[in-house]
Amino acid sequence: MTQGNTAVEVLSAPLRVQFDYTRSVGPIIGAFLTGLRERRILGVRGSDGRVLVPAQEYDPITSAPLAELVEVAPTGTVQSWTWVPEPLPGQPFDRPFAWALIQLDGADTALLHALDVTDPTQLSTGMRVRARWADEPTGSITDIACFEPGEAAAAAPPTDDTAEPVTMVTTPVDLSYKHTASPQESVYLRGLAEGKLIGGRSEAGGRVYFPPRGANPTDGTPTDDLVELPDKGTVTTFCIVNVPFLGQRIKPPYVAAYVLLDGADIPFLHLVLGCEASEVRMGMRVEAVWKPREEWGHALANIDHFRPTGEADAPYESYQHHL
Amino acid sequence: MPEIAVVGFAHAPHVPETFGTTNGVEMLVPCFQQLYADLGITKSDIDFWCSGSSDFLAGRAFSFISAVDAIGAVPPINESHVEMDAAWALYEAWVKLLSGQAETALVYGFGKSSAAESIQQVLTMQLDPYLVAPLWPDAVSIAGLQARAGLDAGRWTEQEMAAVAGGDIEALLAAPYVADPLRAHDIAPVTDGAAAIVLAVGDRARELCERPAWITGMAHNIDAQALGGRDLTRSPSTTRAAAAATRGDTTFDLAELHAPFSHQQLILAEAIGLSPDTRVNPSGGPLAGNPMFAAGLERIGNAATAIISGDANRTLAHATSGPALQQNLVAVLESEDR
Repeated sequence: MTQGNTAVEVLSAPLRVQFDYTRSVGPIIGAFLTGLRERRILGVRGSDGRVLVPAQEYDPITSAPLAELVEVAPTGTVQSWTWVPEPLPGQPFDRPFAWALIQLDGADTALLHALDVTDPTQLSTGMRVRARWADEPTGSITDIACFEPGEAAAAAPPTDDTAEPVTMVTTPVDLSYKHTASPQESVYLRGLAEGKLIGGRSEAGGRVYFPPRGANPTDGTPTDDLVELPDKGTVTTFCIVNVPFLGQRIKPPYVAAYVLLDGADIPFLHLVLGCEASEVRMGMRVEAVWKPREEWGHALANIDHFRPTGEADAPYESYQHHL
Repeated sequence: MPEIAVVGFAHAPHVPETFGTTNGVEMLVPCFQQLYADLGITKSDIDFWCSGSSDFLAGRAFSFISAVDAIGAVPPINESHVEMDAAWALYEAWVKLLSGQAETALVYGFGKSSAAESIQQVLTMQLDPYLVAPLWPDAVSIAGLQARAGLDAGRWTEQEMAAVAGGDIEALLAAPYVADPLRAHDIAPVTDGAAAIVLAVGDRARELCERPAWITGMAHNIDAQALGGRDLTRSPSTTRAAAAATRGDTTFDLAELHAPFSHQQLILAEAIGLSPDTRVNPSGGPLAGNPMFAAGLERIGNAATAIISGDANRTLAHATSGPALQQNLVAVLESEDR
């Protein structure tokens, strides 16, 4: 195996990253979002007298905090536009639409939003547009569903203006990737699927890393010499987990331990079960307890846990450099 | 203050997709090995390390820490990171050297753009998270708004945009729009890549390199974040950075401009005040290969290489980061005999 080519077919898998991006909004953005919930669009007056829309917290020229809110119209003029033939997930439409920079009447800067037309020939810079409001406002920029061609402001259903001011905004983030294992990791993961534990080193006699790394972390050289290790080792250090937490799969107390496989130079984290948690100690000899073969995948979870072998403890000197 | 020069540059091949991991190790190790061999040094000759990359591009947290494996951090090293194009990591290293805290530095950047299902969607995470990102505008659309603004204002034409891409302009203009008014040739390709530069001070630079590329000016600047609050057809932050870095002398043998969209090269050349005699992007520029978070560093590397090889005496490098040319860096490089 050589770095810089694909002599080893690497493993890959979809990786989907999802989280709610939750932020406090402060007084100015908060007022803007509260306004949107009431179907009003607010700007803020800048140091040069311009009305900045959307409202922003600090003056772009002087950096001074801004405070004077100014309501502008829900109608405006397109300053620039671009066509989206194939919308991406999360965008306001799942059919072709336009993005536009729109200068609302009463504003001196432009707001970025979606523009609902079905064909780019319906678009022109300077065209007049109006906001189309979402049915259920929540205090978000998406309370404006989009803009549409038109002069008169579209009628909006009444809103509940007794609600508390908007103080938080939550944006769901959902991104998709292809995660690729390194060549060494690919060999390691394929080994696990066959019940083998494979470490890597840069040269014969060199330090053995388990799992193998993309490069030797001590000198940056490739770790292409892959060696099979036994499923027996020594507990170098450990902790007893007594605290319950979200997502926990084993009832506490249990032991999370660093296990140094025989012949490896770096320990890895796994479970030690099969004895009282209070009996686990540094130097304890342990062996892997594999799950039934039919449950194996490309994962270290193929080893359900480690259990004591009953051998005499390893001498401290044998693992003191691997703590 | 110490004189500081670029003495070495290496980059990974520009490819649409690599086999490697998002921590860049597979692309970086050959770059480092090449620099060590070219300069006759080892890792222990480097006083300071600084990288640029993005966790959002990798789709996982602290991806730059795994990249440190490519260095080999035993014994411990001085290391830092910026979540921007690595040109800004080079700026940090330059400041480190200017302040006398180091005599050599190795700067690197990496990005596996192909890992994302849509790199254009991932770049939405660079936008204002309150009022813009919740709509999920993508990077090509943002550039499209900028391009349209310039076309409508008469600042450039679609022909001039195509001329930046080069080739048969009539044929290019016959192609369909990808995101009206942008065609495929106006948009940098999705590129995986990595790049690395070695900096050194004074006589150490002269030991390592026959013709060091001396950094005689470097500055970076930023425009207001509100996309609709500034004239997108101009880049005042580039003008300010260029004024500080060039001190008014804008004659260059060549300039490497980091313009991921064709019209942005037109904005930049004007903002810097480049003379028509200056060769722009002889490397092909980002429209030929745009390794995210390394492409700006590569502009500096290419501009330096022209001096190191004797092809040029005075060059300019520009890097950008963020949407619609929001943040811009300009560096001036000169040979000793100038």
